[in-house]
Amino acid sequence: MAATDIDVKYVAHLARIGLTPDEEVKMSAHLAGILGYIEKLKELDVTGVEPTAHAVPMVNVLRPDVVRPSLAHEAAMSNAPAKANGLFLVPKIVE
Amino acid sequence: MLNQLTISELTSRLARRDISARELTQACLDQIARVDGTVHAFISHDPADALAQADAADHELAAGVTFAQKPLLGIPIAIKDVLAVKGHPLNCGSKILGKFISPYDATVIEKMKAAGAVVFGRLNMDEFAMGSSTETSAFGITRNPWDPSRIPGGSSGGSAAAVAADEAIATLGTDTGGSIRQPAALCGCVGLKPTYGRVSRYGLTAFASSLDQIGPFTKNIEDAARLLGVISGHDPKDSTSVAEPVPDYVAALDGQIRGLKLGLPKEYLIGGLDPEVKAAVDAAVKQYAALGAEIVDISLPHTDYAVATYYIVATAEASANLARFDGIRYGQRVDGADPIELYTRTRGAGFGAEVKRRIILGTYVLSSGYYDAYYLRAQKVRTLIRNDFLNAFKQVDAIITPTAPTAAFKIGEKSGDPLQMYLSDIFTISCNLAGISGISLPCGFTRSPKLPIGLQLLGQPFGEATLLKLAHAYEQSTPWHREKPAPIA
Repeated sequence: MAATDIDVKYVAHLARIGLTPDEEVKMSAHLAGILGYIEKLKELDVTGVEPTAHAVPMVNVLRPDVVRPSLAHEAAMSNAPAKANGLFLVPKIVE
Repeated sequence: MLNQLTISELTSRLARRDISARELTQACLDQIARVDGTVHAFISHDPADALAQADAADHELAAGVTFAQKPLLGIPIAIKDVLAVKGHPLNCGSKILGKFISPYDATVIEKMKAAGAVVFGRLNMDEFAMGSSTETSAFGITRNPWDPSRIPGGSSGGSAAAVAADEAIATLGTDTGGSIRQPAALCGCVGLKPTYGRVSRYGLTAFASSLDQIGPFTKNIEDAARLLGVISGHDPKDSTSVAEPVPDYVAALDGQIRGLKLGLPKEYLIGGLDPEVKAAVDAAVKQYAALGAEIVDISLPHTDYAVATYYIVATAEASANLARFDGIRYGQRVDGADPIELYTRTRGAGFGAEVKRRIILGTYVLSSGYYDAYYLRAQKVRTLIRNDFLNAFKQVDAIITPTAPTAAFKIGEKSGDPLQMYLSDIFTISCNLAGISGISLPCGFTRSPKLPIGLQLLGQPFGEATLLKLAHAYEQSTPWHREKPAPIA
């Protein structure tokens, strides 16, 4: 958990965010500062403490399995940057 | 001027047909035309659509529809740019959504429309609600109506500034780590963050799903009670909304606070707290004692770890939530030779610096080898922070603190230093981690320049009625909520 070992280029790739070289430099400096601050959580002993993912835990929220009205196809496609024949257009995936 | 009045004042005048909904909406539109060139609370608004809704409200009033049936009939209420309003733009303060038009209404919008409100405008905000000053918006900065050289707070800076500048009667915002309460404090209005699960998040563009809540900005406490009553309740479309009955929040405002216990946490009255803010909060505590509340010293021992915990939990959730902005189904697209290149270019061009920073931080704390050290540990500290509050609420009915450590800061003052910006949320962040309720209300002003100071009350889960009762009793015994900023040129 060293504060400065973040490889910004690699993590940005994982996050699918393109950064300019200048952005990478600034991002590294800012993140090093923030991660340094976050180190303070190491001061606490959390042995035996259960993690909280949700403050109001509700599990297995179910509804009857019946068809309900939903967004019409055309409305769902209405903001597509590229579409044809009622489908989203994407770059070629399979050779 | 009609746009300066409260919902309670306006509904009685509308009911008497003393004024029309059209006149009222026009008064707000005129005020926007007058001041929004300076304030820039709105990214956009559609005057014709707002007036058409006002005309429809006037027809209903003429046909005998009552405020018991439609509690917000004809009241102009503006909306943060993160909530979906059918047929209107939705940008989340970001470039990446391009010309997105919402194909449906958020549940809170459906509820407000059903209550007769004139739902209008897209209010400026930090990009994807990530910020504390509204300076990260891709649509320019919003200025504080009390001093245009200062920030309005954030992320719901437009929502707070629009109410403070009387451009709308009330507004909706969202609060993930203080984004309703902090701007309300800095702009001198009332801002309420409901308990997690009190209000449906359906149609709210998610930032951190376990922390986000929608809530009202108003000119006084009674209006906040009215609006909360309209937007609350279980929604089958949001499985995290809770089927807890919605009480009559206005009926709770009975001034009966004698014997209620207010906790004063020692951890909130230290380091970095501006002396004028401290003096105003001290005076508010005395006022509560004079009103018959019992002040109890309490401790929330993990307060100092809240900001660090938040910036792990919130960024981790954001990194997952914002994966949907990939240029495939909506928003701007920058083409690439393959899907990865398309995503990378689209997101590189579409997101601003703060959003990129938080997604990358969130991706890092979830990545292989770091998950236990960061994310899992933060979730455990979150438990400790939540337990601090649950323990405190065994002793007290609510907790009293400053909302923000300082009054509004200057534009640009903290924008180059993300960590300093994060630390300005130090008093509001724990509330979201613990999932409890919170409200900010005016409690005074700094001397020179004259800037609003906010008082924060934190309440039990689903304790909004008690919070509003306490806030109302204080408000009615102090002059702060009647103060207005100087006219804006």
